[in-house]
Amino acid sequence: MRLMTRTRIVYALFAAVIAVSGWAINSPYYLQILTFIGINTLLALGLNMLMGYAGQISLGHGAFYGIGAYGTAILTVHWHLSPWLALPVTIFAVILVAFIVGIPTLKLSGYYLGMGTLGFGMIVNILFREWSSVTGGASGFVGIPSLELGPISFASAKNYFYLVWGFVILSFIVCHRIIHSRVGRALRAIHDGEKAAAAVGVDTSRLKLQVFVLSAVFSALAGFLYAHMVFFISPESFSFIASIRIVTMVVIGGMASVWGSLLGASVLTLLPEWLHAFSEFEMVVYGLILMLIMIFLPKGLTRGLLDMYERAGKKNDR
Amino acid sequence: MQEFLQYFFSGITNGAIYAVIAIGFSMLYNSTELINFAHGEFVMLGSMCMITFVGAMHLPLVPAIALSIACVTAAGLIFERLAIRTVKNPEHIVLIIITVGASIFLRGVGMIIWGKDAFSIPPFSSHPPLDIGGARLLAQSLWIIVIFLLIAVGLQVFYKKTLTGKAMEANAISKRAAWIVGIPSRLMVTLAFGLSAAMGGVAGVIIAPVTMCSYDMGTMIGLKGFCAAMLGGLGSLWGALIGGFLLGILEAFGVGFVSSGLKDATAFLLLLFILYVRPGGIISAVDVKRF
Amino acid sequence: MTGNVQPLLQITSVSKAFGGIQALTDISFSLAGGTITGLIGPNGAGKTTLFNLISGVFPPDTGKIIFNGNDIRNKKPHQLVSLGIARTFQNVELFDSMTALENILVGQHTRTRCGMMGSILRLPWVAREEQNARNLSMELLDWIGLGEQTNAKSGDLPFGWQRLLELARAMASRPKLLLLDEPASGLNIVETLRLGDLIRKFRDQGVTVLLVEHDMSLTMEISDRIVVLDQGRKIAEGAPRDVQENTEVIAAYLGTPKKIDD
Repeated sequence: MRLMTRTRIVYALFAAVIAVSGWAINSPYYLQILTFIGINTLLALGLNMLMGYAGQISLGHGAFYGIGAYGTAILTVHWHLSPWLALPVTIFAVILVAFIVGIPTLKLSGYYLGMGTLGFGMIVNILFREWSSVTGGASGFVGIPSLELGPISFASAKNYFYLVWGFVILSFIVCHRIIHSRVGRALRAIHDGEKAAAAVGVDTSRLKLQVFVLSAVFSALAGFLYAHMVFFISPESFSFIASIRIVTMVVIGGMASVWGSLLGASVLTLLPEWLHAFSEFEMVVYGLILMLIMIFLPKGLTRGLLDMYERAGKKNDR
Repeated sequence: MQEFLQYFFSGITNGAIYAVIAIGFSMLYNSTELINFAHGEFVMLGSMCMITFVGAMHLPLVPAIALSIACVTAAGLIFERLAIRTVKNPEHIVLIIITVGASIFLRGVGMIIWGKDAFSIPPFSSHPPLDIGGARLLAQSLWIIVIFLLIAVGLQVFYKKTLTGKAMEANAISKRAAWIVGIPSRLMVTLAFGLSAAMGGVAGVIIAPVTMCSYDMGTMIGLKGFCAAMLGGLGSLWGALIGGFLLGILEAFGVGFVSSGLKDATAFLLLLFILYVRPGGIISAVDVKRF
Repeated sequence: MTGNVQPLLQITSVSKAFGGIQALTDISFSLAGGTITGLIGPNGAGKTTLFNLISGVFPPDTGKIIFNGNDIRNKKPHQLVSLGIARTFQNVELFDSMTALENILVGQHTRTRCGMMGSILRLPWVAREEQNARNLSMELLDWIGLGEQTNAKSGDLPFGWQRLLELARAMASRPKLLLLDEPASGLNIVETLRLGDLIRKFRDQGVTVLLVEHDMSLTMEISDRIVVLDQGRKIAEGAPRDVQENTEVIAAYLGTPKKIDD
């Protein structure tokens, strides 16, 4: 089908851009920033599936990010597991937690769902802070090992860049496939009208739960990659603010847009860097941007800019 | 016995604070169906204004309190005018994120104006603490409780006896019906924002002497106040009351008898509990009384 | 079909109250397979409540609802679709952001199987299922007269076409029982006539239809039987002509004439 070949071309192009960037850029600083964008893209992608397509809000996804990071930290450092084994174990644990949390929480709706996820996120964060014997408490967790696969060491910035973006491309493909399938249509149906979706046979509760778990898995993967990149984690990185950051990325990029996740993640990662000179004004600008985009471009930058472009085009046609 | 009383006093003091904050949340939700995530920041502004007026400018207490509350109310009104009324697509999720953005913005402003240090001011009066059954009750705690009672009574009178209050309540129950009888809906929303912000300011004012105030104090306390409002029943004055005190007391006893690490968790555990068991809050069980 | 004595849907002594309001009291009737039944009654009679009961929105307080031999009292709406019940809504509830074709595809949700893992791995049977579903959807759209609109956004379609699309979507699940909630509402005379033909075509395909309608001419035209509700009770049941002449029915709609005292 024509749509499919166009998509294949786009993804091939994307892979090429990543390959070339990785080869051309040598500064570890820039490579690390780009790698952070990749990790943030994974976070945004996961939440986007939940918020953008299934239409459910979560204000606590920082918790899953944290479980991914702390999970692998604990397994690799305390239990001396290989990181490549720690990954599936952590993912499995996150799936379990997401199921347990999701089943009662997704019965709530709208505001209440947001509140439930908020509460869950705060409790997990407090757990990270207080359970010092396991997590290292507020002072954090040190000594997380770097990743290596046979002869390839991912301790170098370049190799880690490729690793993370490899996962990102894979995740894009996974999301794309889900969206353009029976499942994706059912999700969009739920978003458009839950009552009607149920009336045509969609098991809305089960599907919402599945997407919730999927989005948690993405966040946990991001956590895993984050932990083995920075080697030190602390509860602050997985706080309420972190959850809000993930929501911001989805919102800025545009909900229900896979590429929007990339845009949102980029903006959010680069903004503090650009504002570094004005570190005082970082929060002010950050909050201002959030408000302005939501007030004037509530569909996010991607959709909003596209809409403006279309409208401008229509004006010229007259 | 002495320990029990001490925790109890601590509990009702914090409870009164949570109740005032919860009232702010409930009041706004009642009139606009909006949950203002920036409410905690209004509390912070109230405290920091007191720090400036009393601590830096050495104004006498009463004018400082009045000025602080006025400043926060103004901030609330400006926020409503600029950020809420101008919204093109007032869906819930959009509004939630706007208030979240406002929260971050205000925190940034707070940091610019007051820096990262923590301040405090002396208590409202220099009375020595009361000794009741071996437990100490600070004079400031009594002030907090008294002021809270004044507010609760004042609001009751406002909503039940004054025309404006009744108009607000009518608007909350049915915008259309209120519009038909001539109640200006937009004004009511503005009023609700102003009043809610004022409540936040009051909370900030009464907290200032009992805690170290800094630019980032708003988030946690706002969230806790919100939990209290949900616990009691969002949109209900009595709910805010019950929720606030219940949270304060459970928190104090949790800290005292279980562990201090539990302090912050108490609010959120209660939130989850009430969401799963009875999302309408405690009040919804008794009757569906609105503000 | 010979020897098919068992009614498709059997409602026995069903009641439903909301708070203090008794919406339905002791309702009993049955639908034979392959018939069109009209459900009429003045506003507030309880027709929508009955619809919601049959389509699983909420359970009855008392009584039984037996569909095709199954007790469906406590089933959820999505489960009923698999069993063979489909419905449309009074205010057309399409998936506005999706195309006409996609709406029909979602209508086939219960007749397809591909889940999360299947879509990620894109196994060969998934591709085949998807292609089949698309072909069937196109056929359905052609059959109902919307063949040109496959890729049009459903929210942008004119109202009459939206109604047609919602009907097609309901048919996509291959229901045995089709519940139509005021399908003629908002349609002009020509569209209403076409609707009547369409509903008869459904019946000829073997689908049993229960429709709630205020348009009396349509209802009387196409229904094999009529059930009349008033204030939560069944007051008449029978062939259209008999019901039309039933004094209680007339009284329910028009009120009894008052005697004027001199």
